[in-house]
Amino acid sequence: MTDLSRRQVILASGAILIATPAAARQAGQPATSSQRWGLLIDTAKCGAECTICVDACKAEMGLGGHDRPRTDAQYIRKVNVRDPASGAAHSVPVMCQHCAKPACVDVCPTGASMKRADGIVLVDRHICIGCRYCMMACPYKARSFAHEEQTGQQPHLPRGKGTVEGCTLCVHRIDEGKMPACVEACASRAKGAMLFGDLNDQSSEIAQRVAREATTRIRADLGLEPAVRYQGI
Amino acid sequence: MLARLLLGLLLMVSAAAAIAAELPQLPKARGEACIDSPATMRRDHPDMLKHQRDDTLRLGIRGAKASLKECVSCHSTQAADGHAVPVNDPGQFCQSCHAYAAVKPDCFECHATTPKAPMKEAAR
Repeated sequence: MTDLSRRQVILASGAILIATPAAARQAGQPATSSQRWGLLIDTAKCGAECTICVDACKAEMGLGGHDRPRTDAQYIRKVNVRDPASGAAHSVPVMCQHCAKPACVDVCPTGASMKRADGIVLVDRHICIGCRYCMMACPYKARSFAHEEQTGQQPHLPRGKGTVEGCTLCVHRIDEGKMPACVEACASRAKGAMLFGDLNDQSSEIAQRVAREATTRIRADLGLEPAVRYQGI
Repeated sequence: MLARLLLGLLLMVSAAAAIAAELPQLPKARGEACIDSPATMRRDHPDMLKHQRDDTLRLGIRGAKASLKECVSCHSTQAADGHAVPVNDPGQFCQSCHAYAAVKPDCFECHATTPKAPMKEAAR
């Protein structure tokens, strides 16, 4: 089945809530800048008490904790915000924003903080020295530090003591043509507040909605051009 | 002179026998065949993995011939109770040979030592 006929099949079915990402790259092919993976999060559909995306992330990435929320690894967290003037309250999932101009990459002294060709910002823990400059530079508080020796890692997510880590946008799943675990869990078990897709592909649902509807990027004033967009805040 | 030579020869033979007796005992791999000959694998697996790790992480190239994940899934064993035994446990594939060669692999400070097992979601 070619890509085109696959797309036609999906369009014909009509009931697909969340567009599936483009087919997985051929094995042995590098990521290219023709794609720019991003998320669109509709905060109107995001309940304040719901932590399904956070739990799915922890399970997917094998993140255990020591019941110390301030220092335990977290790739995605729920931030509850309230406007004191109007009383309007929102719950916002915040993860690595996968900036086009990532501050963490700018300040990294070893080149461990890096941006992949398709816009996914990662930590190369083979050369991370654990200085945590990236954690200080990130305005989104998106990175964590592994303080303890780690055990029980998932094969697709190596993580160890003395290195910085953060949301990878489930790069291992994207490379297989799947969606990030949080998006999948939110669609299947919550209200489907998260939309994942290729911002460069004009036919993708995320690109069309970003073009059509009003979306915001948190701390857009910093000019880092995140790939994560929010609606309703 | 001849006696001393014979004594030396005897010592060498016994030393060789002692070394041979202590060669690492490796659990058998699960798969049919490795990706290259044993001699190549023994000598070159660190280079293979180092090349592959940069390609995978930094460029996103998946499905390379050499992969630590495949090493682990092929060379890990199962305990009697069905649980996977970490490859860096004493006597297991990776550890027995690295202990023999007095080399400490850093891989398993971060990388999974057992094949993927479904993890229960916390707090549900």
